[in-house]
Amino acid sequence: MAAVPAPAQPKGATGVLVLADGSVVWGQGFGAEGVAVGEVCFNTAMTGYQEVISDPSYAGQIITFTFPHIGNVGSNIEDIESPNPHALGCVVREAITPAANFRSDRNFDDWMRAWGRIGISGVDTRALTKRIRMGGAPNAVIAHNRVGDFDIKNLVSQARGWPGLEGMDLASVISTTQNYSWDDGLWTLQNGYAVHSANPTGPHVVAVDYGMKRNILRNLVAAGARVTVVPAMASYEEIMSLKPDGIFLSNGPGDPAATGVYAVPVIQALLNGGIPLFGICLGHQLLGLAVGAKTVKMQQGHRGANHPVKRLSDGRVEITSMNHGFAVETATLPDTARPTHISLFDGSLAGLELTDKPAFSVQYHPEASPGPQDSIYLFEKFVKGL
Amino acid sequence: MPKRTDLSSILIIGAGPIIIGQACEFDYSGTQAVKALKAEGYRIVLVNSNPATIMTDPDLADATYIEPITPEIVAKIIAKERPDAILPTMGGQTALNTALALHRDGTLKKYNVELIGADAEAIDKAEDRLKFRDAMDKIGLESPRSQIAHSLEEAMIALDFVGLPTIIRPSFTMGGTGGGIAYNKEEFARIVATGLDASPTTEVLVEESVLGWKEYEMEVVRDRADNAIIVCSIENVDPMGVHTGDSITVAPALTLTDKEYQIMRNASIACLREIGVETGGSNVQFAVNPKDGRLLVIEMNPRVSRSSALASKATGFPIAKVAALLAVGYTLDEVMNDITGATPASFEPTIDYVVTKIPRFAFEKFKGSEPLLSTAMKSVGEVMAIGRNFQESVQKALRGLETGLTGFDEVEALVGASHEEIEAELSRATPDRLRVAAQALREGMSVERIHDIAKFEPWYLRQIEELIAIEASIRAGGLPLGPNGFRRLKAKGFSDARLATLTGQTEAAVATARRALDVRPVFKRIDTCAGEFTAKTPYMYSTYEAPSFGIPDCESEPSAATKIVILGGGPNRIGQGIEFDYCCCHACFALNDAGYETIMINCNPETVSTDYDTSDRLYFEPLTAEDVLEVLHKEMQNGKLAGVIVQLGGQTPLKLAGALEAAGIPILGTAPDNIDLAEDRERFAALIERLGLKQPENGIARNRDEAIAVAARIGYPVLMRPSYVLGGRAMEIVETPAQLDIYIREAVVVSGDSPVLIDRYLRDAIEVDVDAVADDETVYVAGVLQHIEEAGVHSGDSACSLPPYSLEAPIIAEIERQTAVLARALNVRGLMNIQFAVKDDEVYLIEVNPRASRTVPFTAKATGIQVAKIASRVMAGEALSSFDLSPRGVGRHIAVKEAVFPFARFPGVDPVLGPEMKSTGEVMGIDGDFATAFAKAQLGAGSVLPEAGNVFVSVKDSDKPLIVAAMRDLITMGFTIIATDGTARVLEAAGVPVALVNKVAEGRPHIVDRIKDRDIALIFNTTEGVQSLKDSASIRTAALYGRVPYFTTAAASIASVAAIAALRRRPLEVRPLQDYHLQSKAQA
Repeated sequence: MAAVPAPAQPKGATGVLVLADGSVVWGQGFGAEGVAVGEVCFNTAMTGYQEVISDPSYAGQIITFTFPHIGNVGSNIEDIESPNPHALGCVVREAITPAANFRSDRNFDDWMRAWGRIGISGVDTRALTKRIRMGGAPNAVIAHNRVGDFDIKNLVSQARGWPGLEGMDLASVISTTQNYSWDDGLWTLQNGYAVHSANPTGPHVVAVDYGMKRNILRNLVAAGARVTVVPAMASYEEIMSLKPDGIFLSNGPGDPAATGVYAVPVIQALLNGGIPLFGICLGHQLLGLAVGAKTVKMQQGHRGANHPVKRLSDGRVEITSMNHGFAVETATLPDTARPTHISLFDGSLAGLELTDKPAFSVQYHPEASPGPQDSIYLFEKFVKGL
Repeated sequence: MPKRTDLSSILIIGAGPIIIGQACEFDYSGTQAVKALKAEGYRIVLVNSNPATIMTDPDLADATYIEPITPEIVAKIIAKERPDAILPTMGGQTALNTALALHRDGTLKKYNVELIGADAEAIDKAEDRLKFRDAMDKIGLESPRSQIAHSLEEAMIALDFVGLPTIIRPSFTMGGTGGGIAYNKEEFARIVATGLDASPTTEVLVEESVLGWKEYEMEVVRDRADNAIIVCSIENVDPMGVHTGDSITVAPALTLTDKEYQIMRNASIACLREIGVETGGSNVQFAVNPKDGRLLVIEMNPRVSRSSALASKATGFPIAKVAALLAVGYTLDEVMNDITGATPASFEPTIDYVVTKIPRFAFEKFKGSEPLLSTAMKSVGEVMAIGRNFQESVQKALRGLETGLTGFDEVEALVGASHEEIEAELSRATPDRLRVAAQALREGMSVERIHDIAKFEPWYLRQIEELIAIEASIRAGGLPLGPNGFRRLKAKGFSDARLATLTGQTEAAVATARRALDVRPVFKRIDTCAGEFTAKTPYMYSTYEAPSFGIPDCESEPSAATKIVILGGGPNRIGQGIEFDYCCCHACFALNDAGYETIMINCNPETVSTDYDTSDRLYFEPLTAEDVLEVLHKEMQNGKLAGVIVQLGGQTPLKLAGALEAAGIPILGTAPDNIDLAEDRERFAALIERLGLKQPENGIARNRDEAIAVAARIGYPVLMRPSYVLGGRAMEIVETPAQLDIYIREAVVVSGDSPVLIDRYLRDAIEVDVDAVADDETVYVAGVLQHIEEAGVHSGDSACSLPPYSLEAPIIAEIERQTAVLARALNVRGLMNIQFAVKDDEVYLIEVNPRASRTVPFTAKATGIQVAKIASRVMAGEALSSFDLSPRGVGRHIAVKEAVFPFARFPGVDPVLGPEMKSTGEVMGIDGDFATAFAKAQLGAGSVLPEAGNVFVSVKDSDKPLIVAAMRDLITMGFTIIATDGTARVLEAAGVPVALVNKVAEGRPHIVDRIKDRDIALIFNTTEGVQSLKDSASIRTAALYGRVPYFTTAAASIASVAAIAALRRRPLEVRPLQDYHLQSKAQA
């Protein structure tokens, strides 16, 4: 799609999204002031914006929320998926309102500011989504300045100068730098998170953090595991020194091929050791790469909480949470790997298992948060098998 | 799993007549089910007593039974058709209850018929309060504390456990009939009594009150592989305590975090699994404590519901169609999503807009009823609106309601009112309460205070607060001068009309200023996926967007075709409902056949017309001049607009004709000026005189004195009515000057702009309705319908017979002649309805309406001629003579229409018929003779005629001689006649044995006591004059609550005796419509 000449800055515009093709989308800024450059994607979930923004897999990305009212339930200290934010910011249709939920302790706007995230409202997010659908996810700059002072030319060149997610390893940048153990379980309305609820005698899972969502850890604990988290670049020896009963490969941002440069040899070694292994999202892609399959960047990606996946073993449909811009190409799977799940939206690979090793993985997010919890059984399947 | 091949024939049970709580949403669901299953190759048998439905169109199902929906009749249909299965989940509570009864009485087993969609056990588990609560306990879901009671004594014990305030819910009733909220013991005892009475199982649930909690609904679909999806979440703006059908609701839920939402999602699916709804759609209702999120399951419907219709229209996901396909064995992933055409139905729709539904009420029709909302549903219709934010959505809904609102109009009575007054009003759950909240904000009350009293979620109040602040700034500073500011204003949903009020200009001036700045709405698609995939189906709504990429992004893409726009009827109301939607749908079908692109504009989510596959293109928009003209503006940018049809949707689109003409839009069919001529009393009287036709003497008055003078000239009694009405609003028969005074003072605003019409009231005349189609060459009289009630009862409330059951041939010929003369004189092109009155062999013209009438679908079903389709094509220019109009099928069969009333919903209202329309729906009885057809119509309308017992008779003097013969027949059949003094004397004198009973005023035990003791099987009670009417109100009320059939006119009483005789002669037989029509053709 050709860019139209940049429209003049409307009165009161304090936020702007500048695409690499020169398109300038004006709006009202909220959250933190500043400038950030990354890829613009869209997410179609109607709930869970706080979880989405705190999901490390969104590192390097600017999220367009297709649902117009974002921020209406405010923010709280529970609904976060990582201790540090990673999405660069978000683009929404409607101005941020005061919070309307008993769980909220801070308005969304304030939360975004406190986290240093940039937001723009007043944008035709559906038109932006259509653009992404038709032209792919563009690189862009998001900027917020309370007096509306923007150097558009400079922003355009920043957007153009950004290399893009393809070929970019982000996992090593955002991963934990040291090992830690995790023992909190799942959230309930009455009790919040089940803190320190890990089974001290449960099987030991070592989770490799490529940009891990916390709800994965909570689910592993809820399924009965003891969990130790290790950095993305942990070596085979470092991992094995923890005497794991099973290995978990986490979700995370960036291009799996780039991360695979250092992750794949470790995973291959783990597989050769015959240790049970479970991967989610980036972890799934890395497992795919480790057995010789190829990954590819998708035109628009899958991001939302309504994605149907077919479980090939029995034909059941799982409604899943998804967040990925790369996928493992089914055709490149070796004989020793077979598809277990496929996306019913476009037939892309959504899950695989190895036939010669105790390893399986899914492209989607069984840990939900946000999104449907249809696939939580996978954690039990993994932990019970250890 | 592929579809089942062990089934070949499926019976679908419809919902019967439109009543409160069960309206056209079940025509929508039934029609989708019939179409979907027929396309799969199944033989479809359909039963529905409601002729105004699309689903009963004879070309839809293979065998269409317009028969009463009772277990006995449906059993006969089963015996005759031997279906393999019954799909009971498409016809509301009526179908579920009928299916359950057929299961219990062994019919299903006897004929080896399987229930698909939901089996008897699941229905029972979901509908039986106790079993439902146990089921929820079992899966760890909390429900309100409650206890079942079968008697007042048991209820009092339950009350001790539950505490006040208490909710009383009768089992197995729809729309909460007979239930309510009790705040004290006396109220509790009263509601329990009506509740026990209303419940077919004499059972009520006494339940912990969760008044003021937030209320949610989840629409769930499940298939037989146990795949389950949430189609839509719905959040009620009105808190718990107001029936969800009477609540303002939004979709999706806006004030839940993902964690809470997922709890609700899991609970909904767990609920379906536990109840055992194997396939299809269900809805689950929740209450949530806003303080701590505690979640309770309130109830679930194991079937397609009003909410499913709303959810379908709100998301584009056709729940009924999908549910029907799942019932025959498909799984969700095997069904395609029509909207994208590329993805399966096994996903959860996600939307990028906000949907608001506002119910519409009819309290003004029921004198003596208080406009208070509770747990029993009272609304008669609803409007749905779509916007990109809540403010736009709710303001569009308010103007789409067609109650004169242009947005959050001031509540005049509260302008400048004290906070005490406002607080008192806020504490009452009235239909207008959200507007009262808006007014409270205007009067300086805080969001917190309003929330404390009315329990509206503060988020919604703050949204309204912002609108009120904007209104104040516009009042002070005028409209924005630049396009961006104006567009931002429009994006919040302000109508031009509202902006005009705020700035003291005309709507036209605001529209001109807006368009001069090129501020126009864009149209976005409802695509089930928030833009993730391309939408193939042009299902659209308007919004105002920022020009984020140069110009605002519009997805309308009008085609190059020659197009016809059909304007729908808007929200249902008494007098304008499904019949008009039927006509609009038929126009879509017919004009599509004729090669036009059809474009529907409507805002009623319950209808078939707002299904995305009824027209080629669908705009879900309010029917206001502004909204319609913007759609037309867009559509005229490509292709050719052949014209707009305004004559089929009732008064709603007609009212827009002026604005459309002024904008140069071609209007198809009869010219609006000629429609106006027929409505304008003075112009019309002149025409009548020129044509040499006869009208009852009449006059027109613009003030009280003129009215008194006119009435004196004509002579009392007179029929009073305001001009321009539909459904006989504020029509009354006035007997004395004193009554006339009251009418002028209370019933209407009389002014130069809205004069009052005064007609001589033709006592005991026979009323006749005629439906005709005409063009410049031909006039085709499609049906002559003889009313059974005499003139004075609104034609929509009267039972009627096609063909006439007692009119002489010369009279009918004269009626047909006059019809032709009028069609010519008014240059009718399309449909026309005329009402005549026949008195002493003289034909009087009462009213002419050159547009679709309520009786068009009945006429079409009775005669087999698709009147509305033919009329639509005639309106588009085809010659009437080019259609096959072979003589209508009179002679061998006769069809009787009977009206159905919502009196039971309005305690304290006298259930009597008059010139103001009160019925919500109708049924048709069809058979070989009038008496049997009448009996079927009564049965279909829920009135079971007795075969023995005591018949109470008390009739006015002029009726006494008329009923003697009928009473003698009753005696012959073994009935006992009980009468009050005057009637008894006349009967005795004629040799009819009769027993005396006291009038209510004559001391006890009196007739009402006897009725309450269930000692009376049938009631004939006609009155003359106000006093006698007043005196007998308690009889009618007792009959209504005791479910004793009663007739308030001599003609209907006599017809009912004939019907009883017919019922005793031979058992009712069932026959499909297709058979009747075939026979008509053969005869022709």
